[in-house]
Amino acid sequence: MIRSHDSIIVQSLGRFLIPVIQIFGLYVLFFGQYGPGGGFVGGVILGTSMILAILIFGHDTSRSLLAKKLLHGDGVGMLIYAGVGGLCFIGGGEFLNYANLEIPSLDSPSRRFVGILLTQIGVAVDVAVTAVSIVLSLSAQEIIEDSSNG
Amino acid sequence: MTFSFEIPLLVLLLATVAGAIYVKDLMSAILLLGCYSFFLSLVWAWLGAVDVAFVEAVVGAGLATVLFLLTLFGTAPKDGRLRRPPPPMAALIGLPLLGALLLYAAKDFPEFGDPHSPPNSHVSPLYLEQSYQETYTPNVVTSVLMDYRSLDTMVETVVIFTAGIACALLLRRKHS
Repeated sequence: MIRSHDSIIVQSLGRFLIPVIQIFGLYVLFFGQYGPGGGFVGGVILGTSMILAILIFGHDTSRSLLAKKLLHGDGVGMLIYAGVGGLCFIGGGEFLNYANLEIPSLDSPSRRFVGILLTQIGVAVDVAVTAVSIVLSLSAQEIIEDSSNG
Repeated sequence: MTFSFEIPLLVLLLATVAGAIYVKDLMSAILLLGCYSFFLSLVWAWLGAVDVAFVEAVVGAGLATVLFLLTLFGTAPKDGRLRRPPPPMAALIGLPLLGALLLYAAKDFPEFGDPHSPPNSHVSPLYLEQSYQETYTPNVVTSVLMDYRSLDTMVETVVIFTAGIACALLLRRKHS
């Protein structure tokens, strides 16, 4: 359990900043095919916004049990990535050859576009979940209480 | 010439990294390392590798600093000051020699931006010319990372996954 930050300035700034950071992370994630960015950076930015929320507003162990259980499923992003690769098998192609994704009414380059987008989402989910999970592991109950009690 | 950015960035890099080594306070060392990552991301951006610069700024200066700080709060004694023994003689002699050797070897690198150097002449022109027609993705870096070299990226994702699992296994304790 991490206590929430006492200062009203930090809390108001957090309320303002966290949605902005999340929107920027989503922008970087989905704009990665047109400019700098992509799944890795977008995932780190999204994870950082969640870390900021944890550090500012605290996190209650009993109430966020569900979140912790979700964090145990660390490999969801990897599953998305490998799943997209596996879907290409169904189209009769090689692993991760997005041209064989079975999406009707799309030509081969568009299928590759969709495949890149899906795998980027997978990378982003994996990175964000891993970042938050590492922070939760680092700030386990005893450590934080020790350092705050002196 | 391009001296206007090169020299100050190099000086800042060296100053921040030397400060991170020599400073006594652990917190200052972590923040100086964050500054170092930020200046390094400026160097990447100046070299034209904008994607790498983005990752360096976000991960090196942002996430890694937060993780270092949390680790420091979790582990360090209250004053957080370090007493360093003087470096051994072998390091004082050997490391400059190694540096000189590396600088000597760096002379054989191809010129920056040389169109005939091996990394610029093997498959890079193919990617630059055909990646948009093949993937409809204007950012060549993304199309190389996620399509042409997708298997590599998947295994990198496995590495990140493994890091998260290892941290959870090592650091999380049972609640008594």
